Amino acid sequence: MTKKQKDYSKLKNQLQLQSMVIPGIIFLLIFAYIPMYGLVMAFKEYNVFTGLSDSPWIGFKFFIEFFKDPYFINVMRNTIFLNLAGLIIGFPAPIILAILICEIRSIRFKRVVQTVSYLPHFLSWVIFGGIALEMLSPNGILSYFMQMIGLSSKPVNFMSQADRFWIIYIVIIMIKNVGFSSILYIAAITGIDQQMFDAAEIDGASRFQKILRITVPSIMGTIVILLIFQISAILNTGIEQFLVLQNSLNLSWSETIDTYVYKVGLRQGRYSFAASVGFFKSVVSVILLVIANRVSRKVTGKGLF
Amino acid sequence: MRQKAEIFDYVNIFLMTIIMFIMVYPMWYIIVGAFNEGADYARGGVYFWARKLTIENFQAIFYQKAILQAFWITILKSGIGTITSVFFTTWVAFGITRPKLKGKKIYIPVIMFTMFFSGGLIPYFILISDIGLYDNFLVYIIPTLFSVWYMIIIQSFLRELPEALMEAATIDGASEYKIFFAIVLPLSKPVLASITLFTVVGHWNVYFDSMMFTSSQHLETIQYYLRKVISDPGVSGSISNAGAAEIPDSLNTITPQSVKFATMVVTALPIIMVYPFLQKYFVKGLTIGAVKG
Repeated sequence: MTKKQKDYSKLKNQLQLQSMVIPGIIFLLIFAYIPMYGLVMAFKEYNVFTGLSDSPWIGFKFFIEFFKDPYFINVMRNTIFLNLAGLIIGFPAPIILAILICEIRSIRFKRVVQTVSYLPHFLSWVIFGGIALEMLSPNGILSYFMQMIGLSSKPVNFMSQADRFWIIYIVIIMIKNVGFSSILYIAAITGIDQQMFDAAEIDGASRFQKILRITVPSIMGTIVILLIFQISAILNTGIEQFLVLQNSLNLSWSETIDTYVYKVGLRQGRYSFAASVGFFKSVVSVILLVIANRVSRKVTGKGLF
Repeated sequence: MRQKAEIFDYVNIFLMTIIMFIMVYPMWYIIVGAFNEGADYARGGVYFWARKLTIENFQAIFYQKAILQAFWITILKSGIGTITSVFFTTWVAFGITRPKLKGKKIYIPVIMFTMFFSGGLIPYFILISDIGLYDNFLVYIIPTLFSVWYMIIIQSFLRELPEALMEAATIDGASEYKIFFAIVLPLSKPVLASITLFTVVGHWNVYFDSMMFTSSQHLETIQYYLRKVISDPGVSGSISNAGAAEIPDSLNTITPQSVKFATMVVTALPIIMVYPFLQKYFVKGLTIGAVKG
């Protein structure tokens, strides 16, 4: 090959590579960056007909309106409370499950437990939530169970009790996701050098000592990274499961920022107001991510970036 | 010491059995409901076995055009959406992984930033309307073409492939396209299998896209249809009553509720069916991406 030919094929290959990456970048510019730019509407009185650039600036008006809204405290309380409770109960659960699964001695039984515990994660929220609603209805099994053990003399409608929404929600979320969340920890535990356990065995360590002194420290890195993710997502609840489980009776406990933005923005058409609420959420999430990451770097020496 | 360990084993097996029951029972609950006569179910007490066994609830589904149409849209969207998205994401992932690529210093931050910050729902919705995707079938396909998260997973797989292989191909005069199609794609089957399964399950299960971005009934997905039926009693009534004209009189034991159960079972069926394959691959797929964090 002459030098000229070589240069030509180099250029050709570079162009081909660019033709692979640039469409992806264009995709993100459109579907991720334009909406980010669109956030300026939070500071404007957006009107569908005049368009974004011609809408008048109004500064922080909608932010102030949101903070002063009596609903604000309610929505914030639900969002933070549900996530925090989910974090405190829901975060250790998959770790414990992973450790217990790895302690199972029969390989076949272990595999069955794994298979079964991942399954609910793959059912859609409509189906899983729909089943939960059925089981919690006055005609459902839980109401029957309550009557059977004498806790109630008449059928119970669990979903109409607003103050119980959070416990119902956390239990449902746990059943759906605990198995799946344990996968990463199981992988981390499987990756631990078996010699460590053998050495501990010789030294006379008990099962619990091995778990506490070897297993848990070994998967600390995985734990920290997942914890950072969860903390930064504290204002994030997702919408799908809430819209299935919500009803007019439990709304005071089940309305979160995400569902609120959806309803105010898209159902009532108050775009700018909803965008400012969403903006507030995004900014808080980024700040939390940075803080959580920094704290984790200081304390454990591990972090995301 | 030894004895203590054995007690632990029994307790553990006991605990795991309870957990498995809790995970499986909800699914069983709805299956039993779907196979029980609707009128009889309403009397309550059908929790573990069908009291009056029937398949009429399933038959009723086939008489309702709205449900069939919703299934069809969901199949189309999951099929087309998955193929295009997996291909495009792999395509970009390959380009970005190649050491020769110029401009990485710009591309990578542009990509990664989208993982941490987003414009949120409202500006996204306005974008979708502005570019004409609202109430358009393509809204199920185009906005999900590329996934940064899956790109990262594919990337960490591609990095493990021997660089010498591609180097040799380049010396032999193979172009980057050729390397992609002839070498990388065939070698990436394991990671592509897991991404494909994740994507197809995601497509099949989501109802949010249908609820937000479409308004015509013929574009409704089965999940959105179900969600309306589940959380809106008004719609629930129409599932077999308003459609009564379509349903023959011979199906006389069905109720809106029992048909709803049957629809839920049929909707979950594809997931249950791909689950064995899914399970084989997703652990691998998840852990490839996660080791790095």
